[in-house]
Amino acid sequence: MRCLICFEQLLPKVDWTSFLTVQKPIKLCVSCMEKFDVIDEPGCKGCGRKEGNGLCFDCERWNLSEYSGVLEENVSVFGYNDFAKELVARWKYRGDFTLVHAFAEAVQTKYKNHFHGMDAELGAIPLSVERLLERGFNQSEAVIAMLGASPHHFFKRKGNEKQSKRGRVERIMGENPFVLMDSVECPVVLVDDIYTTGMTVRHLARLLKANGCPRVHSFTVFR
Amino acid sequence: MLQEKISFSREQLAGKLLTMQELPFSPEDVNELVRQSILNKIPSIVTTKGKSVCQRCGNDRSYLFAVFPHSTCKNNTCLYCRNCIMMGRVTQCEPLYEGAAVIWPQHADPCKWDGQLTVSQEASAQRIVSAIEQKSELLVWAVCGAGKTEMLFPGITAALQRGLRIVLATPRTDVVRELLPRFQQAFPQVRIQALYGDSEEKQGDAQLLISTTHQLFRYSRAFDVVIIDEIDAFPYHNDDSLQFAAGRAAKTDAARLYLTATPRKKEKAKIRKRTLPAVFIPQRFHGHPLPVPRLKLILTLKRHLSKGRLPQSIIKTIQIQQKGSRQLLLFVSTITYAGAVKAFLENDFNVASVHAEDPERGEKVQRFRDRTIDILVTTTILERGVTFPSVDVFVIDAGHHVFDEAALVQIAGRAGRSPVDPDGDVIFYHFGKTNAMLDAQEAIIYMNKKARKEL
Ligand SMILES: [Zn+2]
Ligand SMILES: [Zn+2]
Ligand SMILES: [Zn+2]
Ligand SMILES: [Zn+2]
Repeated sequence: MRCLICFEQLLPKVDWTSFLTVQKPIKLCVSCMEKFDVIDEPGCKGCGRKEGNGLCFDCERWNLSEYSGVLEENVSVFGYNDFAKELVARWKYRGDFTLVHAFAEAVQTKYKNHFHGMDAELGAIPLSVERLLERGFNQSEAVIAMLGASPHHFFKRKGNEKQSKRGRVERIMGENPFVLMDSVECPVVLVDDIYTTGMTVRHLARLLKANGCPRVHSFTVFR
Repeated sequence: MLQEKISFSREQLAGKLLTMQELPFSPEDVNELVRQSILNKIPSIVTTKGKSVCQRCGNDRSYLFAVFPHSTCKNNTCLYCRNCIMMGRVTQCEPLYEGAAVIWPQHADPCKWDGQLTVSQEASAQRIVSAIEQKSELLVWAVCGAGKTEMLFPGITAALQRGLRIVLATPRTDVVRELLPRFQQAFPQVRIQALYGDSEEKQGDAQLLISTTHQLFRYSRAFDVVIIDEIDAFPYHNDDSLQFAAGRAAKTDAARLYLTATPRKKEKAKIRKRTLPAVFIPQRFHGHPLPVPRLKLILTLKRHLSKGRLPQSIIKTIQIQQKGSRQLLLFVSTITYAGAVKAFLENDFNVASVHAEDPERGEKVQRFRDRTIDILVTTTILERGVTFPSVDVFVIDAGHHVFDEAALVQIAGRAGRSPVDPDGDVIFYHFGKTNAMLDAQEAIIYMNKKARKEL
């Protein structure tokens, strides 16, 4: 076996326990594993960031805006450190899909621990046609599949404007680029790779809530 | 009629090996170009008996392949190559596109270089000319400072006269940058392009290309003459996929030239068995011997290294050295230590440091060349290719494993490059001799002996 990220040869530990129990295959070397910045307890209950105490400035502002109360919370598994940035770039932009397995286990555990008992639908974030053609997969659907669920396609993209090309202000104030295709009366967890400004999930959450969904949560791999 | 609809030139595509994503055309236009045989479809990943091979990078290691649910082809286990993914993903379901060959112009008298080759350079240059004419293989083993670039000029002239397409590929970006102006001066009427990771030039559709070996991944059966400079250098010498790419970029009957100052065991064995024709140039172009490195034991060196400092005795030597007219190249083993040494010397000397990831590397090297910096602290990144006219060379911790024999010979070869100042002090500071140090010293003494015999 090789480390999924750095291709370093992995030497399986052989001791008494490995004879007695069925071990899960190791996917990462210790040094890559240690580079993940695990968020055990979020500093901000609103957006799930690691730093801080109570509600952060951004979340306070959301609460004062027209989006107040639209989103219950965001829960993330890892901090978006330099290592994560590089990993996401390889995974999403270069298209090295299999890197999803590098964080699968931690993501599954976090989801189970946090959302257990909640009978929620997992909502996928749609990609524009161009992005999908370029990447060949939708990162949000990839994470949902990793959670053993099938994604619910609530939304469609209106135009094909590239989000990252627009400034933050424009993004925050911009009109909702999504259209609701389907509605539900159960809670929804929107799943994506990263929570950055939180605008996208709020656009989506507002649509869902306006159409009968009681609660909308957000779950991302990185924050 | 096609040209009216699709804007492109055949040269732009000739010998290229690209994915659909890399082609600047719509899928419909690509299909039209395929119908016209201007592009040929090539399977991207070939699987036989359960073993897959990526046709772009030659990867055949199973752990460097993976599968994914591909939204384009709807295959849940679409195979892709992880080895060359930094250049864009190659998937099993999409072919690679190879541009058809074109006829390149014949240049009657392309070389305007007015320099003169020495007698021994001339003899080697003739060997290169005949290797190109006969489209054969040749290893050119020339010591650092032999003037191998100039020795290539007659061969490249012969190739251009015949309308051949040529690539001079080197593992190092710095070398590409340094070679381009020299070639542009020598062949002013020929279109020459330099290609490397972040080069301004992206097209790579000239008849004469100077590129990093990495860029060869995007070529297939493109070149009549493939010259690989520094075949023994990292990463080319230990990267199968780069060697695969270099082989694939050559036309089947291409002339293949390999240049090195420090051949590895593999090449030496081939030379001995006479399976690889070789020409040996032990003498520098100015006729002076290579500076022989001195080994200097400093027992306290290890302790100073760990603190990011230099021992007093080295500092004293630097002070004396700096009173002379030469600049100083100070080689160190790690990036961290390079920074530390620079900070340590900063107060007393005019010093800068460079390493591979340094964004200002090109600029700092230029400043050293312009003599606005007196001391350049560097990792092995500057061990080869770059030349400065008048430097002394110190290696700190020469016993470190990054300094293998080839690296040390190359490093020593930075000194005494100019006929005006053909000498230079080369000192290997260490706290325990290594074979690499002794072998490097011995190799240099051997070359000098060979060169004397030639006179
Ligand atoms: Zn690893
Ligand atoms: Zn917050
Ligand atoms: Zn596919
Ligand atoms: Zn490949």
